[in-house]
Amino acid sequence: MKRLLLPLLLFLPLAAIADDCLLRGTGDLGVVIERATGSLQVVDTTAHKALFRVEGLGDLSHASVVYSRDERYAYVFGRDGGLTKVDLLCGRIAKRIVQGGNSIGGAISQDGRLVAVSNYEPGGVKVFSSDDLSLVADIPATRTVKGKGSKTVGLVDAPGERFVFSLYDTGEIWLLGMKDPAHPRLTKFAGIGRQPYDGLVTPDGRYYIAGLFGEDGLAKLDLWHPEKGVERILDHYGKGEQKLPVYKMPHLEGWAIAGNRAFFPAVGHHEVLVMDMESWKEIGRIPVHGQPVFVMARPDGRQLWVNFAFPDNDTVQVIDSESLKIVDTLKTGKGTLHMEFTPRGEEVWISVRDKDEVQIYDTDTRKLKGRLQARKPSGIFFTDRAHKTGL
Amino acid sequence: MVRTLSLLLGLTICPSSSWAAAPSPARQQELLYLLHQDCGACHGMRLKGGLGPALTPENLSALSEAQIQQTILEGRPGTPMPPWKPFMSPEEAGWLADRLKQGKTTE
Ligand code: HEC
Repeated sequence: MKRLLLPLLLFLPLAAIADDCLLRGTGDLGVVIERATGSLQVVDTTAHKALFRVEGLGDLSHASVVYSRDERYAYVFGRDGGLTKVDLLCGRIAKRIVQGGNSIGGAISQDGRLVAVSNYEPGGVKVFSSDDLSLVADIPATRTVKGKGSKTVGLVDAPGERFVFSLYDTGEIWLLGMKDPAHPRLTKFAGIGRQPYDGLVTPDGRYYIAGLFGEDGLAKLDLWHPEKGVERILDHYGKGEQKLPVYKMPHLEGWAIAGNRAFFPAVGHHEVLVMDMESWKEIGRIPVHGQPVFVMARPDGRQLWVNFAFPDNDTVQVIDSESLKIVDTLKTGKGTLHMEFTPRGEEVWISVRDKDEVQIYDTDTRKLKGRLQARKPSGIFFTDRAHKTGL
Repeated sequence: MVRTLSLLLGLTICPSSSWAAAPSPARQQELLYLLHQDCGACHGMRLKGGLGPALTPENLSALSEAQIQQTILEGRPGTPMPPWKPFMSPEEAGWLADRLKQGKTTE
């Protein structure tokens, strides 16, 4: 009861501002998802304050956000199949639809005209106009033996007005070409490995990589040469080693790349893996505090910030990408769910669910610079994602 | 019928099923919080499903309480469902299974 009341009281004044639209740029804005209450806050990363709270976004467990190319609108993908277009300047919902049973994530096309949503249930991907959220294409997933559509995960955008995603139950990667929205072109890659649980595209948009839960290694598709098919990389990783249970699935989104090295969470091992981007070979493992969930590179690539799955989700570790040493361990608090760097990386914003707050750190000194109250915050998404492939 | 079956299974698989002493009220709150927040990471905060299936009474109707308790404690090897026995006792898992069966999971 106390837990509920406190943040509510703190936030009463916010609602009152929501009437007038702001006249300002949006390059230093972002949103903080408040997952338990189906709301979000529009935040200003320069002023360190919340501008608006927007409510009525439905079930936001595991919500993710992409931005329109003018950085004015946030598209919020909710667990209940809701797709909501939020106007950051006016602090209100511009349009909301419920497009499917149970969605997991989305992406915006290269030209910003299309928003794609992937669904756990009934599986598959739907593509909408980013303008009015009208349906443009409906791509059902392969049926599983139980007759349901395969859960669809790891949806990203890629150059050439394409979307790429993976099918968890049937072990496939699909490439969806939307150059001509009236005639979607689908290329399917089967037998890519068991239980792909998430996917990413490298920041240059060239490689799509799916993480596999059901076996070792990752599945890699070269989007410059899809005709070459899907290749397995790192398949020796973890072979013959006892895996630890995983209490929250790691995320591959926004793969941390620093120089020619990529860093990502191991699955079932308390390690961050280091891979050489030229040979696609593992070149190191960094032992860390728990099962990593997000491994995020500071925009300059010098540091990696890592958070962890239950029961170690009260900690964030900072790794120096050059020496591969852990340079700091921060006790942020239980339910540390997400981290987001300001566009040039001088600060990182961290959501701490059980403290109902977002903590703002200076990334050089790792000193806490500020706090923002939020109700059970989860994802934090800043508008500079608008211009990044795969985010 | 389902009830008798679950009793039988409960007795054979795990003698300490849900009719054993219920967790203290404070622990009950913790377990329900865990259910929505941490189980919710895979099953959805509202337990409507995600990577893992929905944990609603309808969806769980084919499973007995004891089977659910067993799944929670031991996980499902070969799938992402992890074992929770390091974090709760068999009694507590049985209590959660009972709540899930009844759909009484609000905190
Ligand atoms: C890391 C992800 C993950 C977490 C966290 C998780 N589960 Fe699961 N759970 C799964 C998956 C995946 C399945 C489906 C397994 C299968 O394919 O048989 C599952 C299956 C189940 C089932 C069987 C449902 C059915 O219809 O067969 C129950 C009951 C269950 N989980 C309860 C829980 C509870 C309670 C918690 C928290 C204490 C929890 N799970 C946490 C992933 C997870």
